[in-house]
Amino acid sequence: MVREVAESCVDGVVMEMVAVYCGRFYAAKPELAARRIEAIGFQVGHQLSERYTMERPRFSDHLEAIKFICKDFWSELFKKQIDNLKTNHRGTFVLQDNRFRWLTRVSLDPSAESTDATDNDSAPLGDTAAQTTSMLLYFPCGLIRGALTNLGIPCSVSADMSNLPACSFVVRIKT
Amino acid sequence: MAPLTAPKSGDALFASVDRVNAELFTLTYGAIVRQLLTDLEEVEEVNKQLDQMGYNIGTRLVDEFLAKSNVSRCVDFKETADVIAKLGFKMFLGVTATVTNWDAEGTSCSFVLEDNPLVDFVELPDTCQGLHYCNVLSGVIRGALEMVSMKTEVTWVRDMLRGDDTYEMRVKLIKQVPEEYPYKDDD
Repeated sequence: MVREVAESCVDGVVMEMVAVYCGRFYAAKPELAARRIEAIGFQVGHQLSERYTMERPRFSDHLEAIKFICKDFWSELFKKQIDNLKTNHRGTFVLQDNRFRWLTRVSLDPSAESTDATDNDSAPLGDTAAQTTSMLLYFPCGLIRGALTNLGIPCSVSADMSNLPACSFVVRIKT
Repeated sequence: MAPLTAPKSGDALFASVDRVNAELFTLTYGAIVRQLLTDLEEVEEVNKQLDQMGYNIGTRLVDEFLAKSNVSRCVDFKETADVIAKLGFKMFLGVTATVTNWDAEGTSCSFVLEDNPLVDFVELPDTCQGLHYCNVLSGVIRGALEMVSMKTEVTWVRDMLRGDDTYEMRVKLIKQVPEEYPYKDDD
């Protein structure tokens, strides 16, 4: 039987990890925080894909590997598959999850928002919200990149969250 | 619907929450510890961060626990410890702890964890001997108890990653903080 823990445990450590790197360590340098969060995701994705592909044959091409991410990998992590996969057939894939689990319960810390507003009056309202969420998304971006890299596909991964709670991950394979 | 007054059993409680593959949790925590070790260099500093992270997580988990478990007010610290060991650990980690080694005053005891999902796949290199890898757990207990008015001190006494035969944390009740109500009765 597969060992399970409550989802809150994962939510808790992921949120705290983001809080540690964005708030306590690199409050003034979001790009450094982002790199650390992505690196943590990368490490986890790398190890997980190793475990999840143990008993399957090697993928014949990039599309097969991407499909594995969309179906098996995503199901293991989020109990659902990616809802929509698009590609330009030239190494770019867009994986859309219509209801990305880690974003469905994200809410804002009003105190953090107000302190930020006083620091920088010109920042339009809602900027902090977007920033917090995008920090959170570096983790799954790292997960996907780590998993694909382990399957022999070096790539870059970015996230687009213009219509929450849907979220798209853009995978660009390096040639 | 079941009557709201009956506390759920540990198994029922664990079955009622959303669960995920433990590997994701274990590996994510491992990757965080690893990154912290790289960034902070000092093992003592990492221990502190893990404890703080646990504390913050605990302050939130206690809400979820109280909302879902139907547990009513505990009469004393002994009952509190039992509830944590049998229901709290079970609800979140899927394992139970044993409560032992009570002192005469009934204010400090040990939680012994035979099975600890946090450490699957984990081995500590020689350079990390001072690391309390599971410090997040002790932080969670401290944070959760503080939210229900109990100030505690939680320390690790046995740790399998450091060569002991089991995981044992010592919980000491420092003081019971009287509740302050934000309202007046006669208002």
